[in-house]
Amino acid sequence: MRLYAVVAAGGFRRYATYRTATAAGVFTNTVFGFILAYTYIALWDARPQLGGYDMSQALAYVWIGQGLLAACAMMGGGFEDELMERIRTGDIAVDLYRPADLQLWWLAGDLGRAAFQLMGRGVVPMLVGALAFDVALPGSAWLWPAFLLSVLLGIVVSFAVRFLVALTAFWLLDGAGATQMAWLLGLFFSGMLLPLPLFPGLLGEVARILPWSSLLQIPADVYLGTYTGWGLVEAYAFQGAWAVGLLLAGRLLQGVATRRVVVQGG
Amino acid sequence: MAETVAVRPDGSRDEAGFAYEERPRLVEGLRAYGLIVAMWVRSTMAYRASFVMTTFGNLAVTAFDFLTIVLMFGHVDALGGYTLPEIALLYGVSATAFGLCDLLLGSMERLGRRVRDGTLDTLLVRPVPVLAQVAADRFALRRVGRIVQGLAVLVYALVTLDIAWTPLKVAMLPVMVVSGAAVFGAVFVFGAAFQFVAQDASQVQSAFTYGGATLLQYPPTIFAKDLVRGVTFVVPLAFVSWLPTLYVLDRDYPLDLPQWVAFLSPVVAVVFGALAGLAWRAGLRTYRSTGS
Repeated sequence: MRLYAVVAAGGFRRYATYRTATAAGVFTNTVFGFILAYTYIALWDARPQLGGYDMSQALAYVWIGQGLLAACAMMGGGFEDELMERIRTGDIAVDLYRPADLQLWWLAGDLGRAAFQLMGRGVVPMLVGALAFDVALPGSAWLWPAFLLSVLLGIVVSFAVRFLVALTAFWLLDGAGATQMAWLLGLFFSGMLLPLPLFPGLLGEVARILPWSSLLQIPADVYLGTYTGWGLVEAYAFQGAWAVGLLLAGRLLQGVATRRVVVQGG
Repeated sequence: MAETVAVRPDGSRDEAGFAYEERPRLVEGLRAYGLIVAMWVRSTMAYRASFVMTTFGNLAVTAFDFLTIVLMFGHVDALGGYTLPEIALLYGVSATAFGLCDLLLGSMERLGRRVRDGTLDTLLVRPVPVLAQVAADRFALRRVGRIVQGLAVLVYALVTLDIAWTPLKVAMLPVMVVSGAAVFGAVFVFGAAFQFVAQDASQVQSAFTYGGATLLQYPPTIFAKDLVRGVTFVVPLAFVSWLPTLYVLDRDYPLDLPQWVAFLSPVVAVVFGALAGLAWRAGLRTYRSTGS
């Protein structure tokens, strides 16, 4: 347990050293937040109460999305590139020798990364957004910790998906294509481009039960107070079930992959 | 086997065995760019499955962009006073121009990394313009996916829209795509020059390139006046698609601009490009190697 705490702290510190990159990321998230906010204003101007949100809730949704984009690695940028590079070069053999579990090791590091990016790249865009637009705030103080718990579960789901994707490098060697497909689906089905209640019919229903809704749609709805009582518990259970299921799938695939590991080079 | 050693005009010998000729810098730069690009295309083709997937992915990522707009129009008839085909025209022009530029210069984002880890030095000692090397570095053919998707939306818009075509409007289409790509290209070069100073701030560049492309996909009527002023007079992105497209659509211009400004796109592209070139030189001159 201590080992993984150290790895997580390492992940946090590692990203904390890239100060200029973090500032640049905050700038980009803020710019995109503005563009998206104006399109949402045009949309909600034409159709107030669209998707059950009022204008200030829709704007809150925009800035929560920008705040979580880096933490949930919705556009990649987490550990997966490095893990795939290690698989491709054969360095993975060294990792498998370590007296630590491969999946837990990378999970700990990614949680550290996410924690930093939530603070480094999450808080400032949300603050700027709240100052520049009329953004809805949580109805009561307890929604903040409820929101954070949902975010944490979302980050674990995001990790579990990216771990599965990274393992495809054992078969594909160059995993760039798989990564791209994954973040593409993640971006669309998390609700990053448009809230899922605005998706029509079957597409909307499918989007809601896919794992990616845990990344943004559910945390945002928790923030906006959509879930109360058992509804909130159910939302957590949904996220938790995907987290556990995908982690187990990753573990299975890891077993299959490591049995066929061929160390290249010499 | 006989050694082939080329002799330079001044009589010295080139160990590498290549014939050495003096060419104008621009020609030399373009030739080098072409050679490096060809090399990367060959190396990409080594992983064919991955190439197909990433090209499709590039097409799909922008397709999702447009799908989002289509989904929005499932709830409204007009966005900022514009119909879906009108927005599709704005979108198609912006996406195609940006896609073209992203294919040719998209790799410049990596400059910051090269400055940080010192591998830029390798490029400096080669007898080839640095800008050409940086632009061709890791050339990604998969980015044609973006152009294909942009063109598809453009064609959809042109088929659906009922435009009163004049020769000027017809001529405007290719002109705005090419000068739009040039304006975006200048933004890329500015961004690269900035990275000499900022090093790991490539994301700032994305805000103007990807962010700009996204902004131009929507009509100017939905954005705040100051934002529209900024992308007209400071970073002249409005000349990529907004102004020329609004001319084709016979729509009112933002900021009460006169009608002839729509024809300025090529001029803006050249002037802005020249400024970017100056910034690049200034940036390159400030470069100090990491020394490790």
